[in-house]
Amino acid sequence: MTEYISPITLSDAAVNRIKIMIADRKKPTVGVRIGVCTKGCSGLTYTIEFADEKNPTDDVVETKGVTLLIDHKATIFIFGTEMDFVEENFQSGFVFRNPNEKGRCNCGKSFHV
Amino acid sequence: MLLQINEPTSRSNKNDVAIGIDLGTTNSVVAVVKNGQSLVLRDEQGSGLIPSVVAYGDDGSIVVGNEARHELLSNPQIVVSSIKRLMGRGISDIKSLVGTLPFELGIAADGGMVRLKVSGKTLTPVEVSADILLAIKARAENALGSVKSAVITVPAYFDDAARNATKDAAKLAGIKVLRLINEPTAAALAYGLDNHVEGLYAIYDFGGGTFDISLLHMERGVFQVRATGGDVALGGDDLDHSIAEVFLSERTKLFGNETITSTEAKQVLSIGRMAKECLSINSCGDWVIKINDKSSRHYLDLKTFESLITNIVERTISICRGVIIDAGISVKEIKGVVLVGGCTRVPLIRRRVSEFFECNPLVDINPDEVVAVGAAMQAYALTAGSSTLLLDVTPLSLGIETMGGIVERVIPRNTPIPVAMAQEFTTYQNNQDSMLIHVVQGEREMVEQCRSLASFVLSGIPQMVAGRARICVTFVVDADGLLTVSAKEKITGIEQEVSVKPSYGLTEDEMTRMLRDSLEHAREDIKVRLFAEAKVEAIRSLLAVRAALVADGDLLSIDEKSQIHNALESVESAIRDGVIEILQTTVATLEDKTKIFAIRRINRGIHKRFD
Repeated sequence: MTEYISPITLSDAAVNRIKIMIADRKKPTVGVRIGVCTKGCSGLTYTIEFADEKNPTDDVVETKGVTLLIDHKATIFIFGTEMDFVEENFQSGFVFRNPNEKGRCNCGKSFHV
Repeated sequence: MLLQINEPTSRSNKNDVAIGIDLGTTNSVVAVVKNGQSLVLRDEQGSGLIPSVVAYGDDGSIVVGNEARHELLSNPQIVVSSIKRLMGRGISDIKSLVGTLPFELGIAADGGMVRLKVSGKTLTPVEVSADILLAIKARAENALGSVKSAVITVPAYFDDAARNATKDAAKLAGIKVLRLINEPTAAALAYGLDNHVEGLYAIYDFGGGTFDISLLHMERGVFQVRATGGDVALGGDDLDHSIAEVFLSERTKLFGNETITSTEAKQVLSIGRMAKECLSINSCGDWVIKINDKSSRHYLDLKTFESLITNIVERTISICRGVIIDAGISVKEIKGVVLVGGCTRVPLIRRRVSEFFECNPLVDINPDEVVAVGAAMQAYALTAGSSTLLLDVTPLSLGIETMGGIVERVIPRNTPIPVAMAQEFTTYQNNQDSMLIHVVQGEREMVEQCRSLASFVLSGIPQMVAGRARICVTFVVDADGLLTVSAKEKITGIEQEVSVKPSYGLTEDEMTRMLRDSLEHAREDIKVRLFAEAKVEAIRSLLAVRAALVADGDLLSIDEKSQIHNALESVESAIRDGVIEILQTTVATLEDKTKIFAIRRINRGIHKRFD
């Protein structure tokens, strides 16, 4: 049997933050859905949202106690990505370190592969 | 940019309705995606087509669509049709079209944009297109409320100028263009070919006035236009013509020679069109022509009709064959063919297309509306957000001129867009204070064989030794295929930018020729390029050695000096002779003769530093 390789990995900071956010949401939550959509000046943007239920097109990844639902179509674009949580002076949020990215637009919102 | 986790569905903005527009040569269509369903917006009679015809009244009134087409019969001089053929075209492109267009052309001195003279007004193609778009917008707003943005389709062969002209027309009409997409790509999207399939598909588009064939390669939602071809003067109108000619010759047998006015000729043509449409569904029919109070009845069956149009249909097939050969593939590799354009309802065309491509064509969506439906789907994807990832590609490579007239490609052909690519260049001479950035498009290795798009000068480069300056040239092609070039000197931060807006466009022929040339001349080009590169290197060495002789010539004995001088001269003559092998040998000799000199100079430099 071939070993299943997770298309995305989470840093410890990201795991902690996601767990806190799901707890704060106070709603039944299956996990966090990660996708890619056609938007922004460089073509593609990442989307992260809470998932209330699993869609048939989702790839499910369990890592460090967090459930990630990855849109199947996005998988090829984000394979090998590390998701991290970053706290800066004035803001905090998630970043994607994607080895497939070939470039980003100036505002940093979108990327292309 | 840091991302947050959103609540589900919070990313879609429900108030924003975006439409898809197929701005056609003869007819335009507008569609929208609502509640997940695509919907073509129709008039009261149920027709989705808006004729791309505008009538300009003497009183300043502007009428678009069917009413304008009716004016074509009574008042042809105030009516403009087929304006799409002039989009983004310059004077030189138009010369060949003069006489084939149904209106008078005026050419303004400024800018070289073509002007039309209609009802005492002077109009640009952009303005006429804007009037058509306003009518389309009115229909959409009637059905949907406020509409602000749209995806508009353009032929795959439209170049930068024509695409810009289309965008400008939309701006004039108050429509925000979300994106321009290629018509064959839109047709493929409408069939959902982006979702499951991989491989090559053909889009056979036989419209009212033009025929286009495109080969699309699809892979992971990336659409690459592999090849396009067509005939801008071959369309459904030609089928109408062949029928009308038969009917008129039958009349001649009945009534002898008649003189027919141009208005009457147009009437006969429209009867020809009716006959064609009828015979696309029925196996026979008859029609009455009434001219000069003399009526004649004409019978036509499917078999006769097909024999009339065989030549025209075979022409489209032979164009398809040519494009496939050009693309270097075999018919067997094509997985499917999509039919676009009203004429593809004609049974003979369907039959021949499926015979030629050896597969059943995709015909489920109304061929007049399929392009607009695809555009609407893309408009929906762009506003509501979607996992459909549509990427178009650059049709030709883009680059800049470097020393010796060599093209340095920055963005290669068939790169998915939008894309931004940067390359670093440097100065060539000591204390060079400016640099010419010459932007070219094409596949050949030398600048003069490519098409010049724009040039600008990056000035204010501080005094530096040759090769020190770091000039970063960035090419950005946005999602609509429009190019912006900027240059920045990294050490000082000085910057220049230019949007590439050529005054007139590449003709389709030029485009095919440029591609074909690049293949035919590839070997020869590389030779020329290698020499040009070697020459640039050689001149650089010459300059460097001469400068060193001036600065540190005292380090050399008279004998050494004369050897170096001889080597310099033989390099110079080799540059003149143009033989790469000789040039390389002489440069190698020069390097050899200056080796000791270089070592002594380095030593002197080190001593100076420590003393």
